[in-house]
Amino acid sequence: MQSKFSKKYNFLAYLLLSPSIIIVITFLIYPSLESLYLSFFRSTPFGNRQIFVGLENFARLLTSETYWNSLGRSLIFTAITVFISISFSLLLAVLTNKNIRGVKIYKSLLIWPFAFSFAFSGIIWGVLMHPNVGIMSYYIQLLTGFEFNWVNSGSAAFILLIIASSWRMLGYNFIFFIAALQNVSPSLLESAEIDGANPFIKFWKITFPLISPITFFLLIMNTLQVFFLTFGIVDVLTKGGPARATDIVTYKLFRDAFLSMRTGYASAQSIILFVIVAGITIFQFKYAGKKVFYQ
Amino acid sequence: MKKIKVSRLFLHLFLIISVSLIAFPIVYAFLVSTLDVNQVYTSPPQLRFGSNLINNYREAWVSSNMGRLLLNSGFISIVTALGKIVLSICAAFAFTYFGNFKGKNILFLIILITHMLPLPIRIVPTYQLMDNLNWLDSYYALTVPFFASATGVLLFRQFYMTIPHSLLEASLIDGITPMRFLWSILLPLSKSNIVALFTIEFIWVWNQYLWPLVVTNSERVRVVQIGLKMLIPSDAQPEWNVIMAALIIGVIPPLVVYLTLQKSLVEGFALQQDK
Repeated sequence: MQSKFSKKYNFLAYLLLSPSIIIVITFLIYPSLESLYLSFFRSTPFGNRQIFVGLENFARLLTSETYWNSLGRSLIFTAITVFISISFSLLLAVLTNKNIRGVKIYKSLLIWPFAFSFAFSGIIWGVLMHPNVGIMSYYIQLLTGFEFNWVNSGSAAFILLIIASSWRMLGYNFIFFIAALQNVSPSLLESAEIDGANPFIKFWKITFPLISPITFFLLIMNTLQVFFLTFGIVDVLTKGGPARATDIVTYKLFRDAFLSMRTGYASAQSIILFVIVAGITIFQFKYAGKKVFYQ
Repeated sequence: MKKIKVSRLFLHLFLIISVSLIAFPIVYAFLVSTLDVNQVYTSPPQLRFGSNLINNYREAWVSSNMGRLLLNSGFISIVTALGKIVLSICAAFAFTYFGNFKGKNILFLIILITHMLPLPIRIVPTYQLMDNLNWLDSYYALTVPFFASATGVLLFRQFYMTIPHSLLEASLIDGITPMRFLWSILLPLSKSNIVALFTIEFIWVWNQYLWPLVVTNSERVRVVQIGLKMLIPSDAQPEWNVIMAALIIGVIPPLVVYLTLQKSLVEGFALQQDK
């Protein structure tokens, strides 16, 4: 039992906590509850009156093909992006965690994407792969004959989204993996090597279990970030198109809330997103302690 | 011996290809920012250093009012990061070093719950709240709602729990007050955690997109991300050279913060991993 300050200072504890608590309640908890409240209403065409409609917003969403398209695409997009960025950054972190020549240069070049926003990453990749000006799309077509045109083709735009956000997350994941690998004791790996373990065995049996807490943490953080922040790429580049191929849930929510002013319909979407986030968070707390090895 | 050398060679080859692939977009963005608009639209696309660097950067600076954008983004990033650090330290200190005061667990839960409430979940009511407070189009809307941080509280709380108990015991014998203990003993020890949190939060706020898009309108409070979006016309051919110049300027501040603080960032997280 750690020693504490005496009870007469308890008022100070409340005082120290009050700013955080006030902000969380005012700007996070109260608006979230209001999202729930608003999701039961529909605004009149001129937006001056709210009509109670019960669960109608949810019913309309869950029977709307447009919404299922958004939801499905967001989930598939997030899963692919998280898988690519985590596995590739882990591979690079393990390979640069060796005492080889030039490793510092490799490391310092790999972390740069983290400083770029999703929107910036989208702009750069959008130009690189642009059907008219992009150097990458030009050489892809020259070498393979395949025309990568994200302006007209939905699947190309979807792939562009995956590339741009994987690139951004790569830098982020790489830093965390590097930090985690520093804590894996070299003597443990050396003794395994003496016992004749090859690099793959060393990785799967020693390194991977030891860094699994950070991998799990990154899995959750990546999922949430990719799911919510890719909005920036969509808004600067594709605007949900072509043919709704990049109409991810956050972009649809934004359009309904601030362009069509359907606050009730948008709030119902917020509540659906909350259910997804709550699911991920509960999964995190449930499995963080069990399935993950700690040092 | 020979086998090791060959595998080393492959390792380097693989790393060089990967690193070039990851660094190439940045180099490319810079090269485009040096071309003139005709060179951007020539086919085949060119990969070279153009002659229009100074003109592009001047035009990017003037047409986006870049000075103002940088000032706004810098101001809100620093204020929000500092606000989060101060509030997180206070809360973590209260949770770790004070006895079981009434409601401790529920207050901790309230702070943890912020994890489950990202902006899109409450965006309509939060926007309306800003409107009611007359905060739309102001620095308040861009900073105050983000001062609380579950990540920050957890980070510092975790760290304070690893500090030996004898430190507080010895200080208590000297008759130290809580605020004195926080200020002269805990704060100096928290340096690398503070730096780590500052870096992460600065970049986070600088790169925020959805919220500024929704709550700001005038140039007075416009941030870099939105200023750049406005350089891309929806109906005309974009001047990608100028846009890339603006992008390069706009990424320098987070990059500088990141590269100067990178060492502490890694140390701050490495420390966390220990326990």
